Amino acid sequence: MNGPGLESNTHSRLVNWSVLTLAFTSGFIIMSIEMLGGRILAPYFGSSIYVWGSIITVFMVALAVGYLTGGHLSMMQPRLSKYGFFFVAAAVTAIPTIAFGDNMMDWVFLRLEDPRYGSLVAATLLFFIPTAILGMIAPYSVRLLVEESHHSGRIAGGLYFVSTLGSALGTLFTSFYLVLWLEINQILITMALILVLCFVATQIIDRKLERQ
Amino acid sequence: MKQIQRLVQQKYWLLFLACLCASQTALADRVVHREKSLYRNIVVTDSSDRRCLAFSVKRQKRNQTCMNPEKPDQVVFPYVRMSFAGLLANPEPRHAMMIGLGGGTISNVLTALYPNLTIDLVEIDEAVVKVARDYFDFRESAQTNVIVQDGRVFTRRAKMQGKKYDMIILDAYTGDYIPEHLMTREFLQDIHDLLTPDGVVIANTFAISRLYDHESQTYASVFGEFINFKMPGTGNRVVIAARESLPANSVLRDNADRLGPRLLEPYDVDLVRYLSYLDREADWDTSKALLTDQYSPANLLRDND
Repeated sequence: MNGPGLESNTHSRLVNWSVLTLAFTSGFIIMSIEMLGGRILAPYFGSSIYVWGSIITVFMVALAVGYLTGGHLSMMQPRLSKYGFFFVAAAVTAIPTIAFGDNMMDWVFLRLEDPRYGSLVAATLLFFIPTAILGMIAPYSVRLLVEESHHSGRIAGGLYFVSTLGSALGTLFTSFYLVLWLEINQILITMALILVLCFVATQIIDRKLERQ
Repeated sequence: MKQIQRLVQQKYWLLFLACLCASQTALADRVVHREKSLYRNIVVTDSSDRRCLAFSVKRQKRNQTCMNPEKPDQVVFPYVRMSFAGLLANPEPRHAMMIGLGGGTISNVLTALYPNLTIDLVEIDEAVVKVARDYFDFRESAQTNVIVQDGRVFTRRAKMQGKKYDMIILDAYTGDYIPEHLMTREFLQDIHDLLTPDGVVIANTFAISRLYDHESQTYASVFGEFINFKMPGTGNRVVIAARESLPANSVLRDNADRLGPRLLEPYDVDLVRYLSYLDREADWDTSKALLTDQYSPANLLRDND
C-alpha cells in the first residue's frame, strides 16, 4: 500500500461517515413527520384508528415509490453532491404542507364526507411527495457505500440499521418531548432546516473530496 | 419457644388468609359483559348495589359510569351529578348536543326532565353505544339522535351546516386518555360558534395536574369568564361557560330554587348545595400557554406532574 491507497482509504471513510449520518437523519425525520401527521389531521378527520391507517398507508406507499425511484437514479453517475439534492428537495416540498396544510385539509373536508377517504386524500396531499423523496435516500446511500459487490449485503444491513435506528429515535423524541416543547409547525420547520443543512454538508464534503 | 414461633407463623398465615379474603371480596364484582372495540376493552360489572361500565387497561379498571339497578334513575357518580349544575346557567334547554355518551345517564335524565328537548349524542365508539343500550338502560326516542363519529369531525360538519345548540356537553375525557384535539382553542371556538346566544357549554374535565392551568387558560381565551365547579374529594371539575355572558349569581340561585326539587328526589342531584362551590375567579397560573391545534400535549401535561 502506498500513497494513493491511503488517500482512497480516508476518502472512502469520509464518504461512509457522511452517508451513514445523513441516512440516520433522514430516518429520524421521516418518522418525526409521520408522528406529527396524526396531530395535523386530527382537527379535521378525528383521531380514529382509520386516520392512523391513512397516514401509515400513505407513508408506506410513498417510501415504496421513493425506493424504486432512488434505485433508478443511483444508476446515473452517483455522487455525494447529487445525493444532497434529495435532502433539499424534501425540505422544499414540505413547505406547502407547513404553509398551506390547513387550506388543503379544508378543501378535502368540504368535498369528502367520509373521514376515512378524507384523511387518506389529505395525508396524500400533505405527505406523499416529501416522504417519497426521503425514501429515495436509502437505495442511493447503498450505491454510494458499496465498492465491491460481495460486501453489498453487509453494507445494506449496516445502512438499514442506522436509518431504522434514526426512525426509532425520531418516533420517540417527537412523541415524548418535541410536542411538549414546540408547536407542530415549529417542529416541521426545524426538520426542514436540518434537511437544508444536510444538503449544504454534502456540497462541502463533495468539494473537499474533489480537491483530494 | 418453638410453640411461640409456630403461633407467630400461624398468625401470619391467618393474616395472609384474611388479606386474600379481602381481596377476593374486592374482586367479587361479577363481570356480566365484555366488549372489545377498536378503541378499548369495555367491561360491564355487577356488584350488590351497582352496575358499572369500565374501560379496562390490563387488569386495571376505571369505572366510567355506574347505575343502581334497583333505582336506575339515580345518578351514582358524583362528577356526573355535577354536570347538571350547567342547568343553572340555562334552565330550559331545547336543542342539546353531547360528545361522549358513556352509559347514557345524562341523556336519560335530560330527556326525562325536558320532554321537548332534542339531543344529538356524538360517540366515537359503536361498542359504547351498544353497551349503553343493552346494559345501562340508555333510553332512545324521537328526542335522541345517536351519531357514531369523532366529536371534532361532527362539530366541524355541524358548524358548516349552520346547526345551533343551546346546550353542549363535553364528556369525552377519561382518566386514561384525553382526545387532545377535543381540548384546543380551535375546537372550543367551534363549540362557541355552535351555541345560540343564550347557549352554554358544560365540560366534565380535570381539576388536577399541570393541565389545569393550560386548559383553564384555553377556556378563558374563547369564552372569557367561566364558572369553575369543583367539589372537595373529587379530581374532577365541571366548566360552565356561555356564548354571550353567564347569568348573575342571583339568577343562578333562582334557578336552583326552581329546578332543585325536580332533580333532588329522583336523581340525587342537589343543585342548591352546588351553588356555594361555583367559582368565577381565575385560580390558575395565567402565564401558561394555550392549548391549540399546534400545541396540545394534554396527556403529557396531565401525566407528568
